[in-house]
Amino acid sequence: MRETDPGQPLLRLAGVGKNFGPVQALHGIDLDMRAGEVTALLGDNGAGKSTLIKCISGIHATDHGQMYWQGRQIHLHSPKDASDLGIATVYQDLALCDNLDIVANMFLGRELTKHWALDEIAMELAAKQTLQDLKVVTVRSIRQPVGSLSGGQRQSVAVARTIMQDAKLVILDEPTAALGVTQTKMVLDLIGRLAEQDVAVLVISHNLSDAMAVADRIAVMYLGTMAAVGPKAQFDNQSIVDLMTTGTSARVSNGGTGEH
Amino acid sequence: MSTDKNDLEAIATEGGAAASDILANSLSDYVRMWWARVRSGDSGALPVLVGLAAIVIYFDIRSSAFLSAGNLVNLMTQAAWIVVLGMAEVWVLLLGEIDLSIGYSSVMGAVIAAWMVSPSENLPWWLAVLAGLAVPAVFSGLQGMIFTWLRAPSFVVTLAGQLLGGGLLLYLVNVAAPSSGGTIRLTNNVLNDIEGGAMSPAASWIVMIIAVALAALFFIRRDARRRTSGLAAPPIAVTGLKIAAMAVAGVILVLIANTDRGAGLIAVKGVPWVVPLVLVVLIAWSMLLSRTRFGRYVYAVGGNPEGARRAGVNLTRIRVLAFTLCGLTAGVMGIIYASYLGSVSNNANGGQNVLYAVAAAVIGGTSLFGGRGKMLGAVIGGVIVAVIYNGLELLGLGASAQDIWTAAVLLAAVAVDTLARRSSPERR
Repeated sequence: MRETDPGQPLLRLAGVGKNFGPVQALHGIDLDMRAGEVTALLGDNGAGKSTLIKCISGIHATDHGQMYWQGRQIHLHSPKDASDLGIATVYQDLALCDNLDIVANMFLGRELTKHWALDEIAMELAAKQTLQDLKVVTVRSIRQPVGSLSGGQRQSVAVARTIMQDAKLVILDEPTAALGVTQTKMVLDLIGRLAEQDVAVLVISHNLSDAMAVADRIAVMYLGTMAAVGPKAQFDNQSIVDLMTTGTSARVSNGGTGEH
Repeated sequence: MSTDKNDLEAIATEGGAAASDILANSLSDYVRMWWARVRSGDSGALPVLVGLAAIVIYFDIRSSAFLSAGNLVNLMTQAAWIVVLGMAEVWVLLLGEIDLSIGYSSVMGAVIAAWMVSPSENLPWWLAVLAGLAVPAVFSGLQGMIFTWLRAPSFVVTLAGQLLGGGLLLYLVNVAAPSSGGTIRLTNNVLNDIEGGAMSPAASWIVMIIAVALAALFFIRRDARRRTSGLAAPPIAVTGLKIAAMAVAGVILVLIANTDRGAGLIAVKGVPWVVPLVLVVLIAWSMLLSRTRFGRYVYAVGGNPEGARRAGVNLTRIRVLAFTLCGLTAGVMGIIYASYLGSVSNNANGGQNVLYAVAAAVIGGTSLFGGRGKMLGAVIGGVIVAVIYNGLELLGLGASAQDIWTAAVLLAAVAVDTLARRSSPERR
């Protein structure tokens, strides 16, 4: 497994909280994400996973606590603030245009042009290179419409698009939901290679085995709080289930909640 | 699960071929990929062309006059306005919207243009053309704004626009020519010659040869650039066939048009001016759609508006621009329509014309669901609509048969569009 970078975290959350009226959706969230590290964010329905990623991707403003990007305090007011920093989020619906081909989707909104015309050759070469780096091998042609791809391939295109946009932190919302076994493996492998390219990855998941397969660190949320954060080795399936359902576990080895 | 199977197949057939592009390298590969595209609903122009050929053969068997030079040139002038209005509608159909107002707004523009060149005003023809283009462009652009601001269905907003356009047309004709009985004659020679005049036979050849040569150069250079960059390009045989087909079509067109079609002592020869005009519109709009950011965003908004928005595309801007271009193209149609009839009348059937335009676009493969379609398709679809009218007219069948035939062809086209969409994997 990759060594945890001892240096400064790429993104640090310190005591982040979020209220919706009287409802406290998030409370005192501490979380560090480092370049080249995959963090799996686990939790039951309603634990606050979605709210947390919406705070990180700038959709919700936080009400308490601080966020630090490469050590500098930041305030995200819009999704654009987040994407300007290099935070890219791949939601479950992927937001791909099925009628456009893979290259067009990977460059959507950031097309390369030459004398007012689209520079198709430069875009195709760059898209091809990125897909090669990520070892997305099952695509027949990068000029086929995204609508003709399988679920796993579509997920791969959506992830590759974040790389094209020079994302430093990629947030994946349930990337393996609704995928078959082969395709799940394909996406998990892709997440690993994303981290190899020195990208910080935050994977939201319901699926324990997927999380254990791909993550370097595990973060478990329970009722809007961070129940435990730590290297994967500190957890096993039972302790994660305990944490997800009750917020505590006797089985977490030393320092499981050490970041509090 | 079929998706898993497909994946395994892909892995099995491609092995570890990395993302190295597996575009067609031979003619058979190309045909195989083309067939895959047809099955996914992106059929291209070939099936429509086959349908057109079938209709042409039918009329040729039934009527000896159909394939005469005189009738075919007549057909070109008849088809021109349907073709251009079809191209106008493509702009909004690609967004998944519709503009029902252009049937009347185009004639409104023509009324103003005809009035400006009339003896009483005597303004230059190019100024009249500019005004005739600007009026429908602004009219549709405003509806595009209302539609984006209200977030109301474009169908309803432009239906209101259609009613308003019909009313404004009556008003404009009354104001511009109070004692004309509702018809303004087009008195300018330049404008009348669009449909009524023709290039000289020699000029017809020269224009055709230049057009085909430029197209050939464009295709060959594009393929060569891709090859030198290490990207797959269509097989040389395919590009060669395309260029040969264009050249053959051009030669046939000029041969037909250069045959004397005059009935009496004076020889009438040459390609009508409207043909190169339609060609210019087709090329300009195809380039704008396929080679610019704006065109790419039109397809993106039609395919997945939310996805386009999250990618940073300004939906309002794209929609308003597309509606404006729809209106602008309708303005071109208005001028052609006035030139075809030699006059503009307040009883122009804008409600029906716009439906022919939608029919032309959809027959030509433009999806009513947005995101799929080409300008070239609208041209072929418009020609099909015109062929049906022309052919049934020659057979002595009236309006009822014409509408029934068009209905059948349109229904077939919509069925193909809907079924393709249903079977394509993107809508599983």
